[in-house]
Amino acid sequence: MADSVVTAPLGGAFAQDKEAQARFDARQRRLLWRKRLLPIVALVGVLLAWWLAVVFFDIQPFIAPSPVAVAATLKAKFPMLMTNLAPTAIEAVLGFLLGNIAATLVATSFVLRRTMEEAFFPIAVMINTIPVVAKAPILVLLLGNGMEPKIAIAALICFFPTLVNMTRGLRNVSQEQLDLMHVLSARSREVFFKLRVQNSLPYLFSALKIAASTAVIGAIVGEWIGSNIGIGALIIQATYNFDSALLYATIVVGSTFSALFFALISLIERRVITWNAGRAA
Amino acid sequence: MTAFALDREMEATPVPAATPAVDCSDVSVRFTTERGTVTALEGINLRVPRGGFLSLLGPSGCGKSTLLRLVADLVPPTNGSVAVLGEAPAVARSRREIGFVFQDAALLPWRSVLDNVRLPLEVGGGRAGPGARSAEALIKLVGLAGWEKAYPHELSGGMRQRVAIARALIYGPKLLLMDEPFGALDEITRDRLNEELLQIWQETETTILFVTHSIYEAAFLGQEVLLLAARPGRVRERVAIDLPAPRGLALRETPQFVEQAARLRRILETC
Repeated sequence: MADSVVTAPLGGAFAQDKEAQARFDARQRRLLWRKRLLPIVALVGVLLAWWLAVVFFDIQPFIAPSPVAVAATLKAKFPMLMTNLAPTAIEAVLGFLLGNIAATLVATSFVLRRTMEEAFFPIAVMINTIPVVAKAPILVLLLGNGMEPKIAIAALICFFPTLVNMTRGLRNVSQEQLDLMHVLSARSREVFFKLRVQNSLPYLFSALKIAASTAVIGAIVGEWIGSNIGIGALIIQATYNFDSALLYATIVVGSTFSALFFALISLIERRVITWNAGRAA
Repeated sequence: MTAFALDREMEATPVPAATPAVDCSDVSVRFTTERGTVTALEGINLRVPRGGFLSLLGPSGCGKSTLLRLVADLVPPTNGSVAVLGEAPAVARSRREIGFVFQDAALLPWRSVLDNVRLPLEVGGGRAGPGARSAEALIKLVGLAGWEKAYPHELSGGMRQRVAIARALIYGPKLLLMDEPFGALDEITRDRLNEELLQIWQETETTILFVTHSIYEAAFLGQEVLLLAARPGRVRERVAIDLPAPRGLALRETPQFVEQAARLRRILETC
């Protein structure tokens, strides 16, 4: 008995009722399966409605394909789609890394030196107001026709949300925590790494999750201008050729990659942030 | 590393036993804000003997928290001088002679109970004095054995304050400053922690300055109660609490205790 007190200190507060426990567990399982199955059911429903609409209204293939045609294209042209995904994925991931590392460094400089923030934050806001489709040609002119401008666009699109979130996360430590560090005679390096950096991690991950999908969008938009390979280039080609099935298949590939990237970041977040940041004191 | 720690220890020991734990002479603290200058404390003279337990009591705005922060080197005096164990507060702080317990436990949410208690050993050189104890022993002392791996969000308010107390004691401070540590807790938890705090005080032989706005808490805990008046914050009276030690919660129902509390209330009405 003494052992169970150590492992579950509130053990005394819970009475054992096997029947009630079984009913509770069964209900929890039902809710979990419902949560898993409902999106799948909804997706199948939407695909079915789409398919029926194409057949029923006799929609021409160059306007919108049926889901069956999209699936057939996905299967038939899978190697070609993957060949085009590769550069987009590389651009998105490199842009993601570059943009977020830069944003983190700039946020750090903002927090360490307020003058930096006062001087450069307005510029960051102004760059952020330029639409991506307008940034793309500027960067193509600057960086040429290779992967570089696409990486730069993906990086730029990640930069701002991470900058804002990181600055907030590094700065929003409580006065009591700062007072505590002072009473402990902590050096400023220790305050930064043991308090500010840790405090910023939940903020950083919210930004990274946004960046995971926007980086892919950035790379695709970059490929619209002066590129003949990549998901973005394929979208343009398919559109000009009225190959709607290929267009939709390309979009499915791009979105799936985006979702997987997002899932990966969420997985890392769950492993890194083991505490409940929202409720902690 | 060890040799250095020993050196420090020898340096620290020759403080004569008569040196008070806290010595404020003619201290005033003023803050300037956009609405003008506020005198938080005026003409404070205060000596607290080593090993004593002094409660600081007064209406809000009387500067009792400011007085505590002054001793902890969190607020500089505008005039006058403050000494902690015969040194400037900043020196005492860097020698790890001051422990502070905040109103809100100020735990780091990403650290487990054990790592929160150990935090002082990881920063500021991590030096510990001769009164230092192991984190495990302190967690046991504050009644949290078995909770070492829990995170702050899994703890109740009272448990978080216990962690904060263990953290403040880990390097063996000679002076423990507590700023309304139980103010946000329910009465039952507060009563229990009051009783436990007295045991911890006896066991560790630290000097404690305890800020509260509860007359009963002030009288139950303190050997003496310092009553402060507001605007400007100044000492109204210093009252010795004549109650037998060891004090238990039942003491609060005795006529002597009720009499002491009534006396404090009468003085407080003039603050």
